[in-house]
Amino acid sequence: MHEWALAEGVISTASRVAAEEGLEEITEIVVMVGELQQVDREALLFALEQQRTPNMMKTRFRIDPIPARMRCRVCGEEWNFKREALDNDEAEAVHFLPEIAHAFIECPNCGSPDFEVTEGRGIWLASVRGVRMAG
Amino acid sequence: MGRRVGLLDLDLTSPSTHLILGVDGLQPIEDKGIIPPRVHGLSYISIVLFSPEELIPLRGVDISNAIIELLAITRWEDLDYLIVDMPPGIGDEVLDIIRLMGRSFFLLVSTPSPLALETVGKLLFLLLELKAPILGVVENMATKPTSEVKRRLEELEVAYLGAIGYDPELDDALGHVDRVMRTRFMEDVGKLAGEVESRLHKGVHRQ
Ligand SMILES: [Zn+2]
Repeated sequence: MHEWALAEGVISTASRVAAEEGLEEITEIVVMVGELQQVDREALLFALEQQRTPNMMKTRFRIDPIPARMRCRVCGEEWNFKREALDNDEAEAVHFLPEIAHAFIECPNCGSPDFEVTEGRGIWLASVRGVRMAG
Repeated sequence: MGRRVGLLDLDLTSPSTHLILGVDGLQPIEDKGIIPPRVHGLSYISIVLFSPEELIPLRGVDISNAIIELLAITRWEDLDYLIVDMPPGIGDEVLDIIRLMGRSFFLLVSTPSPLALETVGKLLFLLLELKAPILGVVENMATKPTSEVKRRLEELEVAYLGAIGYDPELDDALGHVDRVMRTRFMEDVGKLAGEVESRLHKGVHRQ
């Protein structure tokens, strides 16, 4: 389960933010999950729950899916990523390493693999809410 | 003897270590991340594990994102050494390793050609400027006993670690590790490995 490692990154980043901001308790963590990486929401949530730190005992984890958008660097075409564009092996490779999408996806207008993922590539920590230490 | 060694091929657009090792059909192991599969005793990660055949055109930001992803999800075992194979020059890969893997030591490889030396020279200047620890430079495919590489390094006060002679039989052995191990090339590499390890243990001073 690769979601475990992604959750680990979220937890350690949130812990660092909490330490920097002097939060003694984290009440909410919001994670954005880009559709390109096809992260399993349930698996990610489970992994986050399992890796709670002492200041995350009451944390609510919110996971928001973000559609993946692409823009061709050659002709400017923009389009949405669709999971059906990939077969299972391809989807799995992109799941591990989203950049591998460049091997399997091309611009629907001009056929170029030179596109940028403008939104919804991978997973990122959007916000950390908490309670500041007194004094 | 008996070191635990990992090999991370960070040449994402033109990987080649899998060809030397004869890696075929190897899959990453998924367990709370990615566990590097074992290849001839090495813990091994390369982009070919995820996408063996395809051509993957990547620009700078994609390369950085892919490197961050690989570093974040890979669970290396307790290793003595992790060797990171990099593409030549001073591209995104080198900058990312300097930025993200602060404990790395740099081992540079140059052929005797002035063209290779020019590229390696630029990388050396960058590393010296960034105060990154440099183990030294190895001369590969050496054909002459007198070395221009060595002379240039003396000017820069960077260690010349030694030479690997040009071995015309190496190409035929690629992909067959038992044969690679018996080449003159590997004999030279073996000597250098001892030199590199003793330098690491003495501690490379940061310039
Ligand atoms: Zn296009």
